[in-house]
Amino acid sequence: MSDMITIAFYLFAGLSIISGIFMIFTKNILYAAFALMFCFLSLAGIYVLLGADFVAITQLLVYVGGVLVLLIFGVMLTVRVEGKSLQTGSHLKWGGALIGILWIGILVQLILQVDWTAVMTDQPIEASVNSIGKLLLSKYVIVFELAGLLLLIGLVGAAYIAGAKIRTK
Amino acid sequence: MIPFAHILILSAVLFAIGLALVVVRKNAIIVLMGIELMLNAGNLNLVAFNQKNPELLEGHLFALVVMMIAAIEAAVALAIILKVYKLFQSVNLDEINEMKG
Repeated sequence: MSDMITIAFYLFAGLSIISGIFMIFTKNILYAAFALMFCFLSLAGIYVLLGADFVAITQLLVYVGGVLVLLIFGVMLTVRVEGKSLQTGSHLKWGGALIGILWIGILVQLILQVDWTAVMTDQPIEASVNSIGKLLLSKYVIVFELAGLLLLIGLVGAAYIAGAKIRTK
Repeated sequence: MIPFAHILILSAVLFAIGLALVVVRKNAIIVLMGIELMLNAGNLNLVAFNQKNPELLEGHLFALVVMMIAAIEAAVALAIILKVYKLFQSVNLDEINEMKG
């Protein structure tokens, strides 16, 4: 069982990294969007393996179902119809590669210096939805209400910015 | 068990990929995708560190709040990109170089 979890983790990790690297190198914006979808799906799988079932479901609902569809809508609305519409280029290639590799190097070196055995607990994974619901309506109720308010403000702001202005005289 | 350092390394690699996308790509929407990828890498760290105190669920709740902020950010950023496209007829970040367009 534990071996299966570890194998599945490496499978999902490899899938997410491969689709991320594909996103960097592909020229087509829609291919990048679908690679991002695979990345989000494999991250949802990793959340399940880490015992975060509600976070995984929310990842599927919000990212794969919401944000990605929004991004594809954005792609469809902002490309020119004629010609090589969905292609896009890159600039600062060497700068990007340098920054990415430096960042990975620094972080991996820092991570490998620390002994992480104190963090891992071998407690059995249990469902978290019940506890999250109770916590959201008791201890974190202000965060919950502020989240709703922020969503409303974001919705109104996005509709105001993108919508057509109606001039009334 | 999954080695904890490997989760953190996966998160670091995903963050670096998002950073490279933000730096390298020209299209504003792909830059937005890179930002989403970086937020997801941070979420993975939060969920992983939740295993220190699994009964408090602080990491899960923080990850949920981050997801909500990311959803709002994507909506507002796409609205801004649509407005920019209306003004400049392009979402290429190199061509958007005028103020009060």
